[in-house]
Amino acid sequence: MSDTIRFLLGDQPVEIVDCDPNLTVLEWLRGPGGRCGTKEGCAEGDCGACTVVLAEPDPAGGLAYRSVNSCIQFVGTLDGTQLLTVEDLKQDGALHPVQQAMVEAHASQCGFCTPGFVMSLFKLYRDYDGPLPPSREILDRALGGNLCRCTGYRSILEAATRMFQSPRPDAFDAKRDATLAVLAKLARSSGLAYRDRFFAPTTIAELQALLGKHPAARILSGGTDLGLEVTKAHRSFETIIYLGRVAELAAIARSDSHLTVGAAATWTNATQALVAISPGLDEILARFAGPPIRNAGTVGGNIANASPIGDGPPIFLALDAEIELLGPAGTRRLKLADFFLDYRKTARAAGEIVARLHVPLPKAGALFAAYKVSKRHDDDISAVCGVFALEIADGKIAKVRAAFGGMAAIPKRAAAVEAALLGQVWSLETAKAAGAALEKDFAPIDDMRASAAYRLKVAANLLQRFWFETATQTDVRAVHYA
Amino acid sequence: MLETFKTVGKPIAHDSAAKQVAGEALYIDDIRAPEGTLHAYCVLSRKAHARIVSIDLAAARAYPGVGAAISAADIPGKNEVGPIYKGEPFLAQGIVEYIGQPVVAIAASSIKIARAAAKLVRIVYEDLPPVLTIEEALAKEFYLAKPYQMKIGDAAAALAAAPHRLKGTFANGAQDHFYLEGQIALAVPQEGGEMAIWSSTQHPTEVQKMVAGALDLPANAVTCELRRMGGGFGGKETQPAIIACIAAVLAYTAKRPVKYRVDRDDDFMMTGKRHDFLVRYEVGYDDDGRLLALDISFAARGGHVADLTTSIVDRALFHTTNCYFVPHVTATGYACKTHTQSNTAFRGFGGPQGMLAAEHVVDRVARRLGKDPLALRQLNFFGQAPRDVTHYGQRVEDFVADKIVAELAADVGYAERRRAIDAFNASSPVLKKGLALTPVMFGVSFTAIQFNQAGALVHVYTDGSIALNHAGTEMGQGLHTKICQIVADEFAVPLETVRIAATNTGKVPNTSATAASAGSDLNGKAAQAAARTIKARIAQYLAGAAGLPESEVLFAGGQVQVGATSLPFKDAVQKAYNARIQLSATGFYRTPKIHFDRATAKGRPYYYFAYGAAYVEATIDTLTGEYAFDRAELLHDAGRSLNPAIDLGQVEGGFVQGMGWLTTEEIWFDASGRLRTHAPSTYKIPIARDLPRQFRARLWAAGENREESIHRSKAVGEPPLMLGNAAFFALQDAVAAAVPGREALLVAPATPERVLMTIAAAAP
Repeated sequence: MSDTIRFLLGDQPVEIVDCDPNLTVLEWLRGPGGRCGTKEGCAEGDCGACTVVLAEPDPAGGLAYRSVNSCIQFVGTLDGTQLLTVEDLKQDGALHPVQQAMVEAHASQCGFCTPGFVMSLFKLYRDYDGPLPPSREILDRALGGNLCRCTGYRSILEAATRMFQSPRPDAFDAKRDATLAVLAKLARSSGLAYRDRFFAPTTIAELQALLGKHPAARILSGGTDLGLEVTKAHRSFETIIYLGRVAELAAIARSDSHLTVGAAATWTNATQALVAISPGLDEILARFAGPPIRNAGTVGGNIANASPIGDGPPIFLALDAEIELLGPAGTRRLKLADFFLDYRKTARAAGEIVARLHVPLPKAGALFAAYKVSKRHDDDISAVCGVFALEIADGKIAKVRAAFGGMAAIPKRAAAVEAALLGQVWSLETAKAAGAALEKDFAPIDDMRASAAYRLKVAANLLQRFWFETATQTDVRAVHYA
Repeated sequence: MLETFKTVGKPIAHDSAAKQVAGEALYIDDIRAPEGTLHAYCVLSRKAHARIVSIDLAAARAYPGVGAAISAADIPGKNEVGPIYKGEPFLAQGIVEYIGQPVVAIAASSIKIARAAAKLVRIVYEDLPPVLTIEEALAKEFYLAKPYQMKIGDAAAALAAAPHRLKGTFANGAQDHFYLEGQIALAVPQEGGEMAIWSSTQHPTEVQKMVAGALDLPANAVTCELRRMGGGFGGKETQPAIIACIAAVLAYTAKRPVKYRVDRDDDFMMTGKRHDFLVRYEVGYDDDGRLLALDISFAARGGHVADLTTSIVDRALFHTTNCYFVPHVTATGYACKTHTQSNTAFRGFGGPQGMLAAEHVVDRVARRLGKDPLALRQLNFFGQAPRDVTHYGQRVEDFVADKIVAELAADVGYAERRRAIDAFNASSPVLKKGLALTPVMFGVSFTAIQFNQAGALVHVYTDGSIALNHAGTEMGQGLHTKICQIVADEFAVPLETVRIAATNTGKVPNTSATAASAGSDLNGKAAQAAARTIKARIAQYLAGAAGLPESEVLFAGGQVQVGATSLPFKDAVQKAYNARIQLSATGFYRTPKIHFDRATAKGRPYYYFAYGAAYVEATIDTLTGEYAFDRAELLHDAGRSLNPAIDLGQVEGGFVQGMGWLTTEEIWFDASGRLRTHAPSTYKIPIARDLPRQFRARLWAAGENREESIHRSKAVGEPPLMLGNAAFFALQDAVAAAVPGREALLVAPATPERVLMTIAAAAP
């Protein structure tokens, strides 16, 4: 294992040998990196001012770009990548088409969020190959992780449309092969062991050895929650094991019976496969944080984290998933419902990691919906998340799973609700009766996201919405993610 | 024909845009701090109200890397940042009065060390009972200042005589500024005890003054400078003095430069927000819905000290009838003291709260009478005498809201949309739609008359380049761009000829805050005056040299024409220099006509009014309370716009910020008085998807300031925020449609929860 963090900053190779592994990419950029273009707006991955783009070789031999929040990424995660910041976009003194469009559309006012928007738009500019101009839906999704307090967004959306009027390819296409060649030289045959504190294994075997040797190490996957322990709770981790370079752990595979999602798969990468088995997941996955978080945050991290307000757990509970844990000695599987024990307590033992989720493919004709209720539609945390799966046989509900987030100390299936549904005819009355049973399942709390009364009421009403959507043609969505 | 180079009135790009998109625009934290700069961190109160029994800083001071650890006792001068009233400390003095109040400040070689040392500070408190809500403060008459009243006519008698009366309460929530760049100051000790401050502030002079007081220095020993802020919105009018004073005292104590960059959560916990208000009213009206009398009181959550609260409550009172003539008004303001953050200026400065309440009253009266709210609004507009007098005695001479509203209503096809939405609601069981068209009438001028002044400093160099300084600050609103346009046009030179310099108290002294939307009005005129002084000197000299009258000298197209001859501007400048003509001048402006007597609550506080109107359509989901804004059309009067691109940006951004205030932005305290919405994870400002699906904003083509403002433009910083009212009343309309025949009154912010619960409470 090598002990130097090596990456490309723009076109410049960089080696980090003497930084604290708890240093964030943003801290490095604005400090030792000498680049102040990237801004800190919140240091928790919610405002997007710190957005940067990482370029990495993809399996098809190209360069894959992903935007991430540099404020909560640790420097060790840069190893083997190209880091692009707002300073890299100008070429020979000329603004990049994204930047030029932002100027022409009058899309910057105070300018502090602007570098982040530029990088999110740059990512879109690189990736988008659909019809032009891009739809509002495409743009809303692309900008779902960036906050602007000045413009009101109309001008930024105009810039996002206008940038595509510039001819592509851009300078980054021209440099692609050269960049790939340099990145190939940075590629590792075995993992990174930076200062014996930040480990980035590349194989399951290496990982297992590390888990055995450092059972107290903090497991870093996407860093979108763990990073906050450093930036907000001001903790410092002695030892970190990073899962992001174990390719096998990020694999997504579908068999005749199951979809298997590697724990280190980012939400962005898992979305397509999940929506393919359950189209009802499209909206909730688009509303799951914002793109820079989904580009880093992983499915396994969201489960292992066991937050009562994460959206991943209710989804996988309703999908009846099994969880596979990996320890130094091997793996074990259990029902996801048995994984969540108490507030942020799980069945994961020291030295174990969440390795995979196994999701049985839904039966044809099964009814499914995933609902998220939050103050703001995009980039918010659920007040209530309700995910429902029904199978109807002979006119009666034959199987049911109703899982909720935001209603208890753990993400949980609603036993009384399920009992009220089972064996009944799927009707509005049944939905209402099931909603009334919620009080037996949950005693939610009042907090800044919602009152207990609202949580109970809206959770019950989500069952009615489920009925309207599955049994009628009635439009029940104020917002359509399409 | 000569190129005119005229840019006033043209959609010129923001002067920093190219730098901002490339990451090259420098904010305070981007300036290379001097070697050895220490980083500050504060220990904040965890008590809403407590006596400080003791503070032990010994362990923190002994921690390796710590340069200074201070409490109020260590301040060499005054512990004072009160902008109006005295007794407003920047470090807790003897007592703490809110959770989040800075008690101890530490400067260390790194922020991590400063935080680690902060954990070693021992503070012993003795709990005192806190007052946490407006209701509690009202009940205890716990005020920051004496209640204040504005009156016209006899509201009590007119209410008694009115055919219809309606009593009620209304409330609006607080709003965090959420400037993307948090509060920050860099203090660098200079020779002879002087202090240089770089501060992200809308009010450099106040930072200078408060820092001088804290260090017991005369004002001339302190300078404050900034090139730009990453957003301000009023949140950087008084609050930066707190940050700068802490940085300055730390720097003084440590004898090292100190940077205090406040983390987002700490910023939320420490600094004030827009005031939440509790409004109680009784309105009298006739069968047609004509307003006859209004008795209304506004109680604001002031927080632990007054800050600007009394002026903000005043502005709510000034705007309590918005565009509407009410012959008998009694409006009373209460600045409530609470043990929470000291609420402060925020775009609109009380105006939005006053106007929102006015719109609530009109909307409710309309629904009571079964009339369309727009028709009722139009019925009550200011008009010809005697329907042209406000409750504070100012005659409304420039009323155009009627024209703007009529134009917008026609453009959107209001009547047709009303029918279409009613038809939709009749057949849609879960979703309900609503619409609203609301007007804005916002008074422009500081109501504290002395602030309506500005200075500028213009230098012309012998190469023909021009350096510009003025009293205003740039927070993204495009002020610098506009002032450069004005100065370039005066000299008739290309815009690139004029370079704006950082705002600096050493260049232009005794400045007012860049606030009250008055930045371009005041500084534009001051800069124009400075430019005209220099022009006159050059003209006088050239005319004299040519033996012509001064009227024969013309600045046009980058040239100076002297009679029949013409020479390039820079040659004219060089000639003037050679003849020892002064090429530097100050300019000054004070707003004419305005006066206000606070004792009688009468006068003409506003030079003019800015107007606008907004039309919004909303869809609500009656199962969850979630909603979407389907359409918004804005029509706003910027007078003869100095820069339509920048002004449009203000209109659009103001609307969305106002919409956010009234919808998803909820400031939430727990029972102990701890603010629990203190970061973007918990406090939700609008995001791209929240921009209404169909959205169009326009400047009113017929706009022109009847007063002699700079190029007949109108202020445009704050007024558009109140266009967001239409979003709130569109939701109110949809909520009403969900429970026909029943009264379901929304209060702000109309979060999805509030929409659902309001419907549920009114449902049969």
